[in-house]
Amino acid sequence: MDLTRIRPVINNRRSTAVIRGLLAATVLLGTVVAPGAPARADEETPAGPPRVELVLDVSGSMRARDIDGRSRISVAQQAFNEVVDALPEETQLGIRVLGATYKGKDKKVGCQDTQQIVPVGPVDRTQAKAAVATLRPTGFTPVGLALRSAAEDLGSGATARRIVLITDGEDTCAPPDPCEVARELAAQGTKLVVDTLGLAPDEKVRRQLLCIAGATGGTYTAAQSADELTGRIKQLVDRARDTYTAAPAVVGGSARCPDAPLLAPGVYTDRERFSEHRWYRVPVRAGQELRASVSIALDRPVAPDHGVLLRATAPDGRELVRGVDAGSGRTDVVSAGLRWSADADAEDADEARDADDAEGGETPAPGGVDAAPTTVCLVVSNAFAPRPGTRATPGMPIELTVDVVASSPAPAGPDLGRGWWLLVLLTLAGLATGLVAGLLTRWWVATWREN
Amino acid sequence: MRTPLIRSGAALVAAAALTLPAAPALAAPTPSPGAATVTKAGTSFLTATGITAGQPVRVGASTGDYLYWSFPADAGQVHEITGTVTFPKGRTGASTWTVEVFDGLRRRQACTAGAQTPTAAASATSVALGCTLRQVRSWAEPWSADPLPGTYYVRLSVVDLPEPDLGLPVDVELLVSAVGDGDAPDDGELSAPLVPNTKAGTVLTAEPATPAEEDDEGFLDGWLPDLSSRWIWTTTGGVLAAVAGVVGFALTRRPRRP
Repeated sequence: MDLTRIRPVINNRRSTAVIRGLLAATVLLGTVVAPGAPARADEETPAGPPRVELVLDVSGSMRARDIDGRSRISVAQQAFNEVVDALPEETQLGIRVLGATYKGKDKKVGCQDTQQIVPVGPVDRTQAKAAVATLRPTGFTPVGLALRSAAEDLGSGATARRIVLITDGEDTCAPPDPCEVARELAAQGTKLVVDTLGLAPDEKVRRQLLCIAGATGGTYTAAQSADELTGRIKQLVDRARDTYTAAPAVVGGSARCPDAPLLAPGVYTDRERFSEHRWYRVPVRAGQELRASVSIALDRPVAPDHGVLLRATAPDGRELVRGVDAGSGRTDVVSAGLRWSADADAEDADEARDADDAEGGETPAPGGVDAAPTTVCLVVSNAFAPRPGTRATPGMPIELTVDVVASSPAPAGPDLGRGWWLLVLLTLAGLATGLVAGLLTRWWVATWREN
Repeated sequence: MRTPLIRSGAALVAAAALTLPAAPALAAPTPSPGAATVTKAGTSFLTATGITAGQPVRVGASTGDYLYWSFPADAGQVHEITGTVTFPKGRTGASTWTVEVFDGLRRRQACTAGAQTPTAAASATSVALGCTLRQVRSWAEPWSADPLPGTYYVRLSVVDLPEPDLGLPVDVELLVSAVGDGDAPDDGELSAPLVPNTKAGTVLTAEPATPAEEDDEGFLDGWLPDLSSRWIWTTTGGVLAAVAGVVGFALTRRPRRP
């Protein structure tokens, strides 16, 4: 067999195999190096089970037969039965009724008519259904009082709680105005959400329920069939279980930075009036990054255009960074956020200290020692305008999130390349160089032999 | 001599073509096969329902609800959000819907494409929403508003409608799809992704004392460069170039005669 013919072919095969192997190795390396998914914040288990109270209107108007040809109360009873049957194990459910017992005409007595027929706790299904089945439409509609009592039933706790209010008629007992009651309950500091359901609602009912829902960050639904009602209550009860979180810590921001509350990382809630500024302080060390975000909820009617501004300033009033958002039209919250890294400021502080030393000043510069915390002041301000008749107090709910993490320094590396095109380019360049070098060598050897 | 050269060149190109990742195709987003449908939505930033890219969402809601979802994003990805709001019942007038996206710091994110705020006529039975986000960067200065890895929030709501339509049932479908393999062309890395801290805070009574931090940095840590992926890419490229050079040189050699 003629070896001369075979040899180049073998060479060729071997080199191809080597290149393939190298490329495969690079693929593997590239996969290993690729960054993984960002770690989610570890799930926190809030203290205590989710607590929900259903508040049902059993006033005289619930007799009306206008939902699929059935009376409103029978539709509500059926919905309650199905909800109780499908109740998640860990959810603690209570049921309160209003206007269920007093048959007389005395408004004063009728407007005190609200009872808790199932106490908030682990539900005894049979007992709960029996209690619901005996309800007959009777009296007045003291929605405000019922809401206040329901909030008491749920008690205070570290977790968010939910009230589901089902009514077909306007409150007939104001004062207290149910919407004011809802706003007052929401402002008490314990996280309380009121979801409202209107049974075949008219315009007045809708307005009132929208106001209650808006004041507490809840939802409003117009239920016009038994299925809609059942589906929605189930959804709300499930939502109470799925989305309840530890309630944010209540904090009171101050009007100036020096006496502002000092915040550790976490979520806080506060209230801010129209055109008010609220200050907070956060200690941040060199090499750390401050992350803050704020949401201001529109819990009352305001002018269509609005804005929120979150600023971080140094203790001397110098602005470090700002987060801003503005909008127009219907919205639940307006949010802004910011990041600020302590690195740059530490240098500034050092410079300031140097300058002080040079001047012989005695004032100790903040952040002089590397690990000493710099206090950053956060100020939240809003650009909401009340509509005529809008109450200014209590202020609008603020949700403030503060986090301090390790800072991310600017990338400072040598100018290196990456990517597949780089590999292809370098390989082709190497191949071309090898070929040219080889041809030159051959030419040179040939010339040298001839001479 | 010429034939092996051409052959090996062709083999090299073929090998490169095989290993080069296919260019990302910007097709209409489809749910990932086997992804479970999410039937829930949160009502605030804190209670947003977590979803992942490719996981379809289908949830019944009331007109006027603010629906929140959150999804994780990696550097290099481009996310496209598509949604449909279906109206099973008649409405009294036109309504305008919006899908808004916020990052982990609740900063509003710009949409580069898509019908972010469409208006549905009174007679329409559904309205489609869409938002394509910017490519997520791996690092950005703290003062910038560039999209960074971490949690993103989607809020779907109605911004303008006749008041009597509030509370009517709607069906919402949403899908977040990600294009890109999480391989950012940027350098630099965020030390902690923008994942919000959702624990209840504590008000401090005094500035925390400085913890006695040991200076545990090794002797070499100061000046040794970080071994980023670029070092590996470039080194591999150098090795490949050297091998290719030797191969090229070998190809020009006259086959040895016996």
